[in-house]
Formats: sequence, C-alpha cells, structure tokens
Amino acid sequence: MKLRIRFAKIGRVRWTSHRDVARMWERALRRARVPIAYTEGFSPRPKLSFGLALPTGCESNAEYLDVALREPLAPEEVTANFSCLLPDGVDVVAAQVLPEGAGSLQEEVTSCRWEIDVPQSDPDALSEIIARVLGAEVLSVTRERKGRPVTDDLRPSVLALSSTGSCGTGAVLVAELGTRPRGVRPAELAQVMGIDLGLARRTNQWIERDGSRWEPLATPAADAAVWERAS
Amino acid sequence: MTSLWPRIEPLLAHVTKPARYIGGELGACEPDHGPGRVAWLLLYPDTYEIGLPNQGLQILYEILNERPDAVAERAYAPWTDMEAAMRAAEVPLFSVETSRPAADFDILAFNLSAELTYTNVLNLVDLAGVPVRAADRAAGHPLVIAGGHCAFNPEPMADFVDAFALGDGEEVVGEITDVVRRWQERRSTDGTSSREELLVALAGVTGVYVPSCYEPTYEAGRLTGVAPRARAVPEKVEKRTISDLGAWPYPKQQLVPLVEVVHDRLNVEVFRGCTRGCRFCQAGMITRPVRERPAAQVDRMVRSGLDRTGYDEVTLTSLSSADFSGIEKTVTSIINDPECSGQVSVSLPSLRVDAFTVGLAAEIQKVRRTGLTFAPEGGTWRMRQVINKLIREEDLYAAVDSAFSQGWQRVKLYFLIGLPTETDDDVLGIAALARACVEIGRRYHRNVTVTASVGGFVPKAHTPFQWFGQNTMEELRRKVVLLKDAVRGVRGLSLRWHDPEATTVEGLVSRGDRRMGAVIEDVWRAGGTFQEWSEHFDLGLWTGALERAGLTLEDAVYRHRPEDEILPWDHVSAGLHRDFLWQDWQEALAEHGLEDCRWTPCYDCGACTGLGVEHVVASSVAPAGGSQGTGQDLEAGGTVPVRFLATSTHAPAAPVLAGAAAVEAGG
Repeated sequence: MKLRIRFAKIGRVRWTSHRDVARMWERALRRARVPIAYTEGFSPRPKLSFGLALPTGCESNAEYLDVALREPLAPEEVTANFSCLLPDGVDVVAAQVLPEGAGSLQEEVTSCRWEIDVPQSDPDALSEIIARVLGAEVLSVTRERKGRPVTDDLRPSVLALSSTGSCGTGAVLVAELGTRPRGVRPAELAQVMGIDLGLARRTNQWIERDGSRWEPLATPAADAAVWERAS
Repeated sequence: MTSLWPRIEPLLAHVTKPARYIGGELGACEPDHGPGRVAWLLLYPDTYEIGLPNQGLQILYEILNERPDAVAERAYAPWTDMEAAMRAAEVPLFSVETSRPAADFDILAFNLSAELTYTNVLNLVDLAGVPVRAADRAAGHPLVIAGGHCAFNPEPMADFVDAFALGDGEEVVGEITDVVRRWQERRSTDGTSSREELLVALAGVTGVYVPSCYEPTYEAGRLTGVAPRARAVPEKVEKRTISDLGAWPYPKQQLVPLVEVVHDRLNVEVFRGCTRGCRFCQAGMITRPVRERPAAQVDRMVRSGLDRTGYDEVTLTSLSSADFSGIEKTVTSIINDPECSGQVSVSLPSLRVDAFTVGLAAEIQKVRRTGLTFAPEGGTWRMRQVINKLIREEDLYAAVDSAFSQGWQRVKLYFLIGLPTETDDDVLGIAALARACVEIGRRYHRNVTVTASVGGFVPKAHTPFQWFGQNTMEELRRKVVLLKDAVRGVRGLSLRWHDPEATTVEGLVSRGDRRMGAVIEDVWRAGGTFQEWSEHFDLGLWTGALERAGLTLEDAVYRHRPEDEILPWDHVSAGLHRDFLWQDWQEALAEHGLEDCRWTPCYDCGACTGLGVEHVVASSVAPAGGSQGTGQDLEAGGTVPVRFLATSTHAPAAPVLAGAAAVEAGG
C-alpha cells in the first residue's frame, strides 16, 4: 500500500536541500514507527519517492511524497501527528491512500505554479517585461554540464506569466512553468527575464491530461490555513 | 532582541550549503539570556558538518543549559564564501540558535581537536570583533577559553587563549561559570574588577591553565622553563577527570541536524580512556584511566536515543569499543530489539584486530554492511612491538580471513609511517601485509579490495614518543614512493597516503612552544584558514612564517629531544609521570611491548594514583578472543600460521605471497 502526502516547507527551513528534506522524512517516519517498506539487498533503503525537487531557498505548500508501506496505515494518522515530528516549517497538509497503479509524481506532474517576489520593481514595469518575454520565440539559458556549456531554450516550458500586485518594495510575479521538455527553476526564469529574484514559493503542482487538470492531492482548505500561518 | 537574522538571510542565497547557518536542529536550545546568566558560545573551529557531531561540545552544551546560571549556544567556522559575504556586509560571527553576535557572549569556548584548525580559531575570534591576542582584550571583551585534546600542549595557542581547560569538561565548566558570574557581580557593584582579577581567579580552578599567569624563559634559542608569575597559581596544572561516567549520561538530547554531517547517527559513549598503551596514541595516554559506562545505562541511552532521533544507526563510541565489558550482550540486545524491527545497525569504531571482533561485526552489521577497517599501524611485528600495538601476523590474517569468509569484500587497513626506529623493511612490510590480505580475500571472492591507508606519524605531547624527532617531509615522501612502487600493479590493492606536507606542519604546531604563536598568527594574517582542508592547505605560508619567526623545521620538528630537555608542556599534566613516559620510550627502543594494565598489574603510569581514581571496568578478565597483548603467545608474533600461507608451507610469508601477487598482476 502507498500513501501520498502533501506538505509545506516554509521559513528558515527553506535553506535546506531536497536531499535534506528526504532525510528529515526518513527520520520522522521512523520516529513515528510507520511500517515503511524497505528495498532489498545489503543496503536496504526506505521506499520513499519525492516529486520534483524544490530548489534550495524556495518555499512551497505543494510538496509531495509517496511512501510505500508494509502494513496499512490511516492517512489521518499522518495528518494529525506528523508535523510535530518534522522540523519547524515542514508541515503536513494532507495525506491519502494512493490507488493501485497510480503513476509516480515524476511521471505525472506536468507543471508548477510559482509566486515569485521581484524586489525593487513595480507591477507596471514587470508587466512590460512579461509581455516581452511571452512574445519571444526563444529564451536561451546557458549552463555548465559535465564541464561543458549547454544551451537550452526555456520558452516551451514558460506556460503563463502574470503580475499580481505588490510586495513591500517590489512586485509579485506569478508563473506557470512546465516540467517538459525540462523543468524550469525560478532562478533561471529570473535570469531570462532580467529581473532580481526574491523569495519564490511553489503554490501548486499540476497534472494535466486530456484537457483537464488536477493536483496530485487537492486540499483547498488546508491550503489557505498554511498560508495564513506563514504570513 | 539582538538577532542578526535579518542581515544574515540575504547572504544565504549566494553561498554553498546555506543550511549550515540556520540552526533548527532537533535538541537545540534557544536559551533566554537573562541577567545573572553566564552566556557561553561553544565553538568548533571547522565547518558545521565537521563540528556539529562533536560529542564533547554537545555534552557541555547540555550541562550548561541545564544550569540556572548559564546559557549556551553554538557556532562553527563559516565556509570561505560565507566569511567573505559576512565581512563584506559587516555581519559579525553569530550563534546558530538565536543569530546573536558572538561578542555579546561572556565566554567564547573553543574545542581544539586538531592543530591545523588553530588558524580558524584566530579567524573566528576576529570575525567576532574581538582582538585575537589575549593581551589586547579589555574587561568588556568575552573570555576566550579552549579545551579538547590539543589543549595538552597549550603553548602554541597561549597568546590567543585566555584560559585552557584540561581533561574532562563536565565538572570544570560549572566551576568556570561560578568564577565568571561572581566576577561579573562584583564588577556590576563596584565597577572596578579588572580582567586580570578574573584571570587569576580562573587560574585557581583545578584543571584551568591561564597562560598570562606563566612566563616562559629561553636560553640560546631553547625553552628553559615556564614558571608562574605569581604565587597564587600552581606550578603544574593537573587535568580534570570525572571518576564515574555513569553519573554523566550525556548527551541526553543528541542534536539531529537538518543537513547531512559527518558521523550522522546516534553516538553513545561506552567508556572513556584506554590502557592498551599504544605509544603513538595521545588520546590513549591523556584520557586514562578507563571508565566504563554501566551496560544498563548504555542500553537505555541507545533505546531512548533511537526513539527520539529517528536514526537507524548507532555507534558505540570509545577508543576501542570491542574492549567494553559485555560488548556482545550489549550489541545483540540492540539488534534483536523488536522495536528496531531489524533495521538498526550498530557500528564500533576502532575495531580490535582479531577474529572475535569480526564475528561481532558480522552479527551487528546485518543491515547496511560497509567495509571493515583494521589498524595494525605497523608493517612488521618488530615495528608493532616498538609502538606497543601487539597484533601478531596471525591475529591480522585470522581477522581478515574471517571478514572475507563472512561476506565482506572490502577491507581497509590503517598504517603509520615515520615511526621510531623504522627501517625500509618495516615500511615494505605494510605492502607485504596488504598483499597477503588480498591473497586471503581471493580465496573467497573474485573481486576484493584491500585499501592500505598510510598516515605520517606525528609525535604528540604526553606520549612516550614525545622525545622522538619526526621524520622529515622528504623522508616521508621517500617512504610513500617506496610503498607506491611495492604495490604497483597489484590487483585489488589500493594505497592511500596522507600528505607529508600537512603532516610536517601538524608536527610543527603540535610540539611547539609559545613562540609558535607568532607563526600561527602570521599564517592566519596571510589568509591561511581551513588548513586541514587539502584545497586550502598552503605549506609556503607556514615555512615563510617560520622563517620570519627565526625558527626552523630542523629544530622544531625533526630533532630528537634529550631526556633533560624542558618540554613546552612540562608544566601541564595529564596525570602521567614523566619517568613512566621516558621508561616506556626506552622500552619502545628495546622493542618491548607492555600488556594492557586493565587486566594485568599496574605499571604506575601515574594516572590512577595521582588523580585518586581507578579503572572502572565491569569485567575482571580480558575480552574473549584476546589479542593486542592479552592472552596471546607473543613469542610467535611475527610468524604466519601455516593455514594462512598461500602456496608454501615453510618459507616466510611475505615473499611467497608477494611473488604470487606479482605473477598474477603480470598475467
């Protein structure tokens, strides 16, 4: 049996890496004596799978984790008891039993929605940049891979951009970024847009198929509660 | 609130591993810095990943935070990128718990575990905004203190540290807190109490060495003594020793970090001290006598620790954990505990070299079986008698045979080169032993890996080898080349060695006198931090500084010391009689080993009698399996039993096995 858990990562803990979060979960599941399934062999590891890595420094209220279990466990146990076993800022939002044969997070998720603070910028100026970027045919970024420069076009993955209101001395950019042909990180988007990157929050991960879309684990109520606490 | 967090957070997006600077560990305290509370900042002068697991620091952290009159927080050395960002933004050193400026604490207390971190100590004091030289500090500056194994030769750091705490810290931190609190109270009422008064009061605490209360004298470039400046301070400072480890079940709340660190598992200390008597080992000499923790307490600490932390691995720590009385019962009860559901592994650092220990390892590493490591240290029986690591060829081969036969395919062997009386035959003996181990492994597995890891020997204070002239850098390099040639082309054998340059600098600092302070400061001022990291180590900085200080490697490192020479640490005591150490040095030169005094009559080293404490050992007999000087026939130390000879039954082992290996490598 598999459980899918949705959790948030907010505050100081955002400076930990994706790998660090995986280790926090392993320890929390052991502390709670959850009957996790382990891989076989000389070096058994708990069977956990996380979705798209959240870049270090970003916040999120839409992180997911699938846990394989040896014995059944009620999802309510996870939602009720787990946040206190995890570090401050990592909070369980929802949990559900995953239907047999459900695809993995890596395979299923097609896009993510982000809210990105853009310091020292006003909404009008940001809107102009957005118009320019959306009008571009190609958005290239060059990065180093195995010691050689590799250039990618991000344009196919930039699905939607908009500017919503202001935050402190800056504006807020809302971006929907696809995961294929490859995922785009907020820092890369900021680079091609030529803007400063403030705090970036992943608000949703979406699965889109056959003209409709849904979240791996939808939680409108919990969603609001987490953001209220964070702000 | 004096948190620097709003100024720290903007720096984090631009540095590597930013989570090093955010705290948030399970078990961390965010203490309330009230008036009347002495605030300690406990510092480890290396990165967060290296420093966080340090058990000594965690023990003192809890003990201090349990006191109503003290608070303790922690800090580590920011990596070079963070340091640059902090200096550019004028952000001073801060605590990881509450991001409080280091200079707001009353005490900056450093753990000194390695000589090459000394320049980091200066850098941290400077980043705190505190003068690096003790003499330049005023009454309002924090007190800079240091403890840990390296404090047993305090002189190289004497210019920078206000007070050293020698030996076990559990009790003395409370006494230091009392002295500081009373001084602060007087100061707030009469407003005149000087820093000197505080330092003299501290020098009156047993186990505390205040360098400014002592004056070194020199004659013809040689130290002639370090004497008290005032009658109120003791001529010789004795270390502190807790008599009952069971009275100190710390850490109770081991810190669980958010990021991956070294030794990232539960650690439970099973005993302190070691009397195996390995003559090169400073830890074994300065932590005597042996004090075991009661087995029932070990069980409780393991169980509650695993429950609390969620770790799936526990290390039973000590200088030789297989020597813990009833070790078998302790580990089997952990691994057979149904609560652990077969997923908890136990590890024992510093495995003793014998088949019994391997049997134990096989039992406890049912999950996540890693490589096995043994430390014969010397390549020949003669060499091992000199260093008093009484592992016979038979013990090593039996251990290795047992390991390979029980499924291990990787074995690591630790050796030292540059030991006293070492000949090239002793060095080549390392290659011969390692090759023989590969041969034994091949009987069980097609692909085996034997790694011989070779370190250069650095003589340390308060050991029988403290008089020995360290091998020169060139000599160590030559020996490494000798070994490289001897193992070239041997399939399954890999050789690793420690950089002879770093070994030389470690030797320079470890036995230096107070004049070494100028060298350390010079290297730090030239940017030489993180010297224990190979990418930052810079020999040129050290040799340049040495020259400017008018000192030489020949005199400071490579020279044998005569019996009557005043050593820079003669005025501090680890409890060992100087006569005992000299006698043991002579025994070493005569190639005589000594048995472990836990189970044999006393050699009167001075530790038990002088400190008024005794060994606390639950078992009156040596552990099953013996080895290393207990229950063996030591006459036969260098002979290889017939069953371990690969192709011949009478010729000496090494050449035969070497020949066989060469043939295989050639084919």
